[in-house]
Amino acid sequence: MSENISREHTCVIIGASHAGVNAAFALRKAGWPGRIQLYDAGSLLPYHRPPLSKAYLSGEGELDKHLLKSAHAYEKEQIDLHLGSQVSAIHPKEKKITLANGRSQVYDKLVLATGARAFIPPIPGIEEASQLFSMRTAEDAIQIREALEQSDKKRVLIIGGGYIGLETAASLRKLGAEVTVLEREEQLLARVTAPALSQFFQSLHQSHGVQILTGKNVIEIKAAEGVNEVTCADGSSYIADMIVVGVGIQVNSALAEAAGLAIDNGIRVSATAQTSEEDIYAIGDCTSHHNPHYKRFIRLECVQNAVDQAKVAAAAICGKDSVYDTIPWFWSDQYDVKLQITGLSSDYEEALVRREEGEAVRFSIWYFREDELLAVDAINHARAYMLGMKFLKTGQKLDKTKLVDPNVELKPANLVQA
Amino acid sequence: MAKITFITKDQETIVAEADSGSVMELAVEHNVKGIDADCGGVCSCATCHVHVAADYMDKLEEAGDIEKDMLEFADNATAFSRLSCQMKISEAMDGMVLNVAN
Repeated sequence: MSENISREHTCVIIGASHAGVNAAFALRKAGWPGRIQLYDAGSLLPYHRPPLSKAYLSGEGELDKHLLKSAHAYEKEQIDLHLGSQVSAIHPKEKKITLANGRSQVYDKLVLATGARAFIPPIPGIEEASQLFSMRTAEDAIQIREALEQSDKKRVLIIGGGYIGLETAASLRKLGAEVTVLEREEQLLARVTAPALSQFFQSLHQSHGVQILTGKNVIEIKAAEGVNEVTCADGSSYIADMIVVGVGIQVNSALAEAAGLAIDNGIRVSATAQTSEEDIYAIGDCTSHHNPHYKRFIRLECVQNAVDQAKVAAAAICGKDSVYDTIPWFWSDQYDVKLQITGLSSDYEEALVRREEGEAVRFSIWYFREDELLAVDAINHARAYMLGMKFLKTGQKLDKTKLVDPNVELKPANLVQA
Repeated sequence: MAKITFITKDQETIVAEADSGSVMELAVEHNVKGIDADCGGVCSCATCHVHVAADYMDKLEEAGDIEKDMLEFADNATAFSRLSCQMKISEAMDGMVLNVAN
């Protein structure tokens, strides 16, 4: 239909974070000549989310430093950004959306970039807890910072030892908080990494004065006079002036569901990010999509997925060939440690650790299922990360003995099996 | 103040000026295509990769270890490759021409 798209056509995008904003700009890049109407319930100019729990929370730079695009860029590309605009319904038959303020907007193509929200577990007493926050939005980060400033004793309890919890712990430690992390599983990052990395992060945080407690399932929170008492299933209890909850997300799929779109652990989309409705696409954290490298349906919570699906959807909307087959990548910055991850390690059978010689901490974990490389976690080791991504793309088989030998230089000629 | 010229893969030329911040921030501000800056400037993604005109290479501060490692196996890497998020704008960059790598 590419030759039929005119200036009179409208693409509506719901959600203006990494996915939605990138989709808008990618549409222009792909040649969409029509109107682009971008809606978001939030009131702030769209910003990068990853720095929120890292540099931004620890007070390095204002939000202006972390904008996805300048206000001027939206104008220049003729993208109509509607902030503070909650979409209340999608009507696929009439090809229109309605807004909470009663207005409606017709579309020719619709892109759902509705993302996810922090999951607040139904722990008894959590609703009444004092100074309890999630860590997902700029508003969350601002509130946490303000609460910490006003807190006398600055005793912070973090529920959840995943990336958000650990990054928040590192940032708040930097600001002088007394931080305890309660993790339900027996190790940190249990869902996503090998024990070697869990142990590394546990030691890292402990060496910075964070108390890490695993096997702690929170069952009750009692608040009195601005102080929380948090009780775990094993009978232990902890006092906290502030609580940050980082136990995962819930997909924002209610609009899609109400509109009758196929949902299965997120909004089900094709390789071109198309939903079960022909003119509706979905991108980013809210989607369940098939990954051809790992041969299964997955839902990813990361910038890479948001940006790459945005580009694929924009191309498809403009009638261009493009399919989503990217290798996922992630990163986390805690203290002076940079973790970079490429690929998906779940279902691994073997995790090989390669430690580089020298004083600085620098190592990588290579995840395999039989001879197939699945993922690489790289600690202060961008070279291993980039190389791992290359090997994942090419599917080359690696010599595992050489791979773990720090005396064998990390480069393709040394590692690829003849 | 430094005036910097970006040339994109589809040969669009964008001239921009600034006296602070990173070259990546300047490129994003001016919507330079191919400077995606997905990680927001923390040297984690290599989506702000540029090729620096040869006569400016030695006017720049040397790349750090992480940047060098990122670039070694980046797509379209050359001896003139830099990650623009790691390039702090300075007077010495005035007149510099950058080709966007991807």
